[in-house]
Amino acid sequence: MSIENDPMAEIRATFFIECEELLEALQDGLQAMEEGGTDDETINIVFRAVHSIKGGAGAFGLEDLVRFAHRFESVLDAARSHQLEIDGEVLSVLFRAGDMLNDLVSAARDGEAVDPSLTEEAGKALDALIGADGPDGDGAEEEEVADFAPMALSLDLGPLDAGEGAEENAAGSDVPAAPGEAGAPGGPMAGPDGSPVSAGTGFRIRFRPHSALFASGNEPLHLLRLLDEMGTMTTLCRAEDLPPLGEMDCEKSYLHWDIFLETSEEENAIRELFDFVEDVCDLTISPLTGEDMAELVRHAEAIAREEVSPGGTAGDGALMAGDAPGSSGEVASGKPEAEGSPPPSAPKTRKAGGRSVGSGRNEGGSKAAGKGKATGGVKTKPTVRVDLERIDRLVNLVGELVINQAMISQSVEKAGLLTNPEIDSGLNEFMQLTRDIQDSVMMIRAQPVKSLFQRMARIVRESAAAVGKNVRLRTEGEGTEVDKTVIENLADPLTHMIRNAVDHGLESPEERVAAGKPAQGVVTLSAGHRSGRVVITVSDDGGGINRERVLRIAIDKGLIPENAELSDNEIDNLLFLPGFSTANEVSDLSGRGVGMDVVRSAIQALSGRITIQSRPGEGTTFTISLPLTLAVLDGMVVEAAGQTLVVPLNTISETLTLGARDIRVLGPETRMVQIRDTFVQLFDLGAEMGYRPPLESFAGKVVLLVALEDESRAALVIDGIVDQRQVVIKGLQDTFGRVPGVAAATILGDGKIALILDPADIVANSRNKAPNTQADLSLAG
Amino acid sequence: MTDTEDKAKADQTELLSFRVGTQEYAVDIMTVREIRGWTNATPLPHAPPFVRGVINLRGTVLTIVDLSDRLGMGPIEFSERNVIIVVEAGRQLVGLLVDAVSDILTVSAEDLQPPPEMLTEGPRTFVNALTIVQERMVRILDLDAALPAAEIEAA
Repeated sequence: MSIENDPMAEIRATFFIECEELLEALQDGLQAMEEGGTDDETINIVFRAVHSIKGGAGAFGLEDLVRFAHRFESVLDAARSHQLEIDGEVLSVLFRAGDMLNDLVSAARDGEAVDPSLTEEAGKALDALIGADGPDGDGAEEEEVADFAPMALSLDLGPLDAGEGAEENAAGSDVPAAPGEAGAPGGPMAGPDGSPVSAGTGFRIRFRPHSALFASGNEPLHLLRLLDEMGTMTTLCRAEDLPPLGEMDCEKSYLHWDIFLETSEEENAIRELFDFVEDVCDLTISPLTGEDMAELVRHAEAIAREEVSPGGTAGDGALMAGDAPGSSGEVASGKPEAEGSPPPSAPKTRKAGGRSVGSGRNEGGSKAAGKGKATGGVKTKPTVRVDLERIDRLVNLVGELVINQAMISQSVEKAGLLTNPEIDSGLNEFMQLTRDIQDSVMMIRAQPVKSLFQRMARIVRESAAAVGKNVRLRTEGEGTEVDKTVIENLADPLTHMIRNAVDHGLESPEERVAAGKPAQGVVTLSAGHRSGRVVITVSDDGGGINRERVLRIAIDKGLIPENAELSDNEIDNLLFLPGFSTANEVSDLSGRGVGMDVVRSAIQALSGRITIQSRPGEGTTFTISLPLTLAVLDGMVVEAAGQTLVVPLNTISETLTLGARDIRVLGPETRMVQIRDTFVQLFDLGAEMGYRPPLESFAGKVVLLVALEDESRAALVIDGIVDQRQVVIKGLQDTFGRVPGVAAATILGDGKIALILDPADIVANSRNKAPNTQADLSLAG
Repeated sequence: MTDTEDKAKADQTELLSFRVGTQEYAVDIMTVREIRGWTNATPLPHAPPFVRGVINLRGTVLTIVDLSDRLGMGPIEFSERNVIIVVEAGRQLVGLLVDAVSDILTVSAEDLQPPPEMLTEGPRTFVNALTIVQERMVRILDLDAALPAAEIEAA
């Protein structure tokens, strides 16, 4: 039942993790195609991704997935062989198919089902591209599965694999593979593939070049290549005579080849090839016997055993060498033809045996090639996959370390030991190290926003299709790294914003053309780091916010008074009011009653801010600004009413001490402070938090000027400032749920918990509060 | 050990009993994570009065519930013997502030009796069952009902 008890479950889990990577590569490839990169390599990357998913899915018997991937693959294959021209139309089908594949993978992973009609629809669209009529028959499918199942196991079960994998090799062999580096000394074995032949006859050729062969300017590689053209060839390069490196004479020849050639040619034709070198080599040519084939099978098994680590061992490397020059990708992808070829019958023992070596080779070769090329030839840094739980544990521990360090500093200071320079410098170093460790750990949690952006690309496609608009998503700064939690929590608000941009932001194609814009609208999603925060923008090149309409709706819905005079910016911000929705009719996409206010609260829950800029006729931009991490923040430790509180440093713009004259009274309760030539409302923090009744006089108190979302300011009255330091954020939500005015908690150097304030929330609560403060006080106890 | 003894043992539960005001309560000992001396809690603004605040439990934020206040007997009288019983309810840890811990009791299922009807009819009852140990009545606390989380979320 549980994962621990089922080894298959673990392999399955690995498969799905790989699928995620493959799907990402697939998206990347499609995106590159969309941007005009329809070169062979890009198509190959996409093909390989789909192909690998199909392969894995076959091994796990995920038939829906296999079937769909197969249809997808057929189209890509046509594109690869230039039978299908990639244009916008085709791409949109491919994108849809990519999305469907994604859904099928998720469904398979979670054991759910995908609506077959949707799959069928996407599949039909694919089939239509290449004029195929529906999915393959059952027979083909079974073969498919049989074809793939052994692949997943072949690495450590060579002998078992040998027979079954043969078919695949047959497919791969239609590519005239050059022996490549096969002849290079050092490769103990090498084996190029040959072209398909029907006859089961052939020769075993033993070829041992003398040193003189090399001296006379001949090259075994050419000979092997010529041989290869004559039929299906399997080559074993014998290196047993190779002396240890130190004793090796570079002018001498140590290697010899054992060649199994299936060909319809005569022996003489073969001898002719060796005409020029006959006197400088040992050459025996004999007809192939059953014994030879058995020997070949033994070699195949030996090779399969050596190949346990994929793409790793020397044997593997040498085997791959035969395929290396350009053909390895083809070997892997030559598969579709295999499905058409008849299953091996009567003389198959020989055939299967003869090809088993190749099978092993194909496996290794294609794997390595796939890996290498998927990354676009760029050398990737080695990475490890780590359970997120472990990282979280590390993050927590480092948090403890920071707290502990603060505690030690505090007690050392208390004990009056700071006068000792050694202790002082040691403590400073400790502090520095703690900070470095913390930064490094936070970097582990950071992830590029790419995956998030890719999901958004899909949202754009789907929503554009739903409202009948032609929309392109442009992304910038995909590599920007953001805390994983932030990425996870951004998906929903971003989805909503993207839908809004497509649905409300962009005009219809006709309107666009009328306004002199291209019919295709562009939604831009960008990410970047700016002054210690992550800034994500969602912008469209649509018509901008229709301020008159927004104002009208807000008044109609009673959100603002009839005669309100609002600045453009204020009108734009009405969009964030709860219950505001501009769509005249509720469309399929947005306007489900969840509005931008939900987006805003989601962003605020991440300690972020969202702002809006709009220009009539040019479009609208939403800017989200987020802290780099949710785990630590720089805070000002303050005291109010005997309680220690932390105010996020980035919200504080200024601090000052109040004199009796600075305070102006407005109405019965509101007090303001004059700061240069502006008045800012004062909020008594101790009273707002319910620690004590409001103060009569603020004279001599300290105020923190805090900047609010709407760029207005507020002044929090506190008793004094204690310290300014980095604090570790501890969520309150888990234990208690949301507390008004409080963002989170932290643990101070003395081990006490201090609350981290959310000044904007305190101010908002205070403004919304009923005048009867006494009631609130008694509640807060 | 005989079979009957074994069987009897299976039916038995161990309870941690403690004093709140003048009354004796108990919780299943399997829910108890630890018992701590009283430390000053950081009050939470706008929280119900029975939530005394939060304390630092080795790096996690622990909510402290004044059980006396929660059970409608007014805020606890401060004394040096006050302790915090850290219990796990649902998936969260909560600290119960009580007057003192009394005993560990072993009771069998048949010794537990339901609270009287009139009590369960009331708007809130935090008692699952009653039992008598050495002539004293011990009330088995219904942790899920007594703890604040659900209530706050609902509010």
